[in-house]
Amino acid sequence: MSQLALWRSGSARVLPGFGLSMGISVLFISLVLLLPITGLFGQLAGLSLAEYWAIITEGRVVASYMVTIGAAAVAALVNAVFGLLLAWVLVRYEFPGKRLLDALMDLPFALPTAVAGITLATLYAGNGWMGSLLEPLGFQVAYTWVGIALAMAFTSIPFVVRTVQPVLEDLPAEVDEAAMSLGATDGVAFRRVIMPHLWPALVTGTGLAFVRSLGEFGAIIFIAGNMPYETEITALMIFVKLQEYDYAGASAIASVVLFVSLALLLAINIWQGRFVRRLHGGTG
Amino acid sequence: MRRIGDAPAVRRLLIGAALLLSALFLLLPLVAIFAQAFSQGVMVFWANVSNTFTLHAIGLTLVIALLTIPICLVFGVALAWLVTRFSFPGRRILQTLIDIPFAVSPVVAGLIYLLLYGRNGWIGSWLDTHDIQLMFAWPGILMVTIFVTCPFVARELIPLMQAQGSREEEAAVTLGAGGWTTFRRVTLPNIRWALLYGIILTNARAVGEFGAVSVVAGAIRGKTNTLPLHLEQLYQDYNAVGAFASAALLALIALLTLAAKAGLEWRAARQEAFL
Repeated sequence: MSQLALWRSGSARVLPGFGLSMGISVLFISLVLLLPITGLFGQLAGLSLAEYWAIITEGRVVASYMVTIGAAAVAALVNAVFGLLLAWVLVRYEFPGKRLLDALMDLPFALPTAVAGITLATLYAGNGWMGSLLEPLGFQVAYTWVGIALAMAFTSIPFVVRTVQPVLEDLPAEVDEAAMSLGATDGVAFRRVIMPHLWPALVTGTGLAFVRSLGEFGAIIFIAGNMPYETEITALMIFVKLQEYDYAGASAIASVVLFVSLALLLAINIWQGRFVRRLHGGTG
Repeated sequence: MRRIGDAPAVRRLLIGAALLLSALFLLLPLVAIFAQAFSQGVMVFWANVSNTFTLHAIGLTLVIALLTIPICLVFGVALAWLVTRFSFPGRRILQTLIDIPFAVSPVVAGLIYLLLYGRNGWIGSWLDTHDIQLMFAWPGILMVTIFVTCPFVARELIPLMQAQGSREEEAAVTLGAGGWTTFRRVTLPNIRWALLYGIILTNARAVGEFGAVSVVAGAIRGKTNTLPLHLEQLYQDYNAVGAFASAALLALIALLTLAAKAGLEWRAARQEAFL
């Protein structure tokens, strides 16, 4: 109460619109973001703890966690390497087509996931442009977990590129000039001089890509084949339960997904906050 | 002075690898969409695009986007104004809360709306007794679309408004300008390009959302099908050319989004160079 009075009378508040913008923001966040989550808890309240545990540890559901987490981890690691390469090339070199390459990086965010899904499924199917090249060599991508990882990597690559790129741009030229003039080779200089500046951003970007992959649905279901125990992702499990009108089952699995993704988001935010503080000398 | 990776061989190797991988991984799918859509000629493409169900899906998709944008715009501007112009307890929490839609799986987003507003939910059952149906109808599609797109405008504005600070607005207010005039004449010109890009991103996502919408839409052909749901149905019916015709329309919107972003960035860079 006293605090409320303090910021009401705060002499620093010259600008108008505090009440209005606070009102709109709080109303919107409560109605759109928070209220629907109560529906989930309402549904879960109807389950006993034993029932809840049985649903979320059922064999087919656990298999879907494994597929989702495994494919997302592979996709995130591939994107860490690929994204670092792309960010480096885009920041450090001049070459024809650079502007186009830079614009292309945002394609996976701009392209609807269902479009990405049917396109990747068509490309990598046995008779598709890529599939007809890879399958004779013994690589089957469509309808395997490799396809799932591929779709995840496609939709989440911009997270890594766009997180690493600005940090690399802000790195002053003196940093690597000093290392090079002292006679370090490219590889050593990159590892010892560039990476220490880059890896907080790289971890953040990779983490965001991982979280996005865990929840991805539209891009994956077409290429996954959706075989129970083999290529079924957790988001699809929720969808399947809903189609069977098993609202309790869908809610239980969704609560696990929701909890994990919110916890990861929070962890990434804290991690990022810590490094921003450290890089800017203890404040901010 | 030589920098890391400046040796011609390293340079060529890295640029080559980046171009090759991007071509295979990003450009090839884009080309494939249009190749598939036009694989049986322009006439078949046109027939697929102009059929009743496709036209209806296009119409519904546009209506949803047109309704979503102003709502997200008002929220985004209000939130950005609030967290960048005032300091108050709970400011950080508000900023974290708007990230929720980015972390939540679209299917989970659809599910929580279905649970609350569906016939079994505590609001839904009350609505049901008054004969109001939101789920499996267009209002449900609109509601989940607002959920998944609401962070975009705020996320574009907050860093910019934070960097610009509030000095100009404070000067205007001290000189006697009213709140609304200050916003229109001082704030808006400063943030218009970021605002525009936020709207473009909101539009791209609103038009293309699939997971959340497919949970609440019920996919009734010619009634509650948005363009992404329509193309899924065609694809499942083994009508690949029809599906890719709709996909090509969505890909075109995606390309326009990328072009708009490049244009806005170019303008921002030029402005910076002049200052």
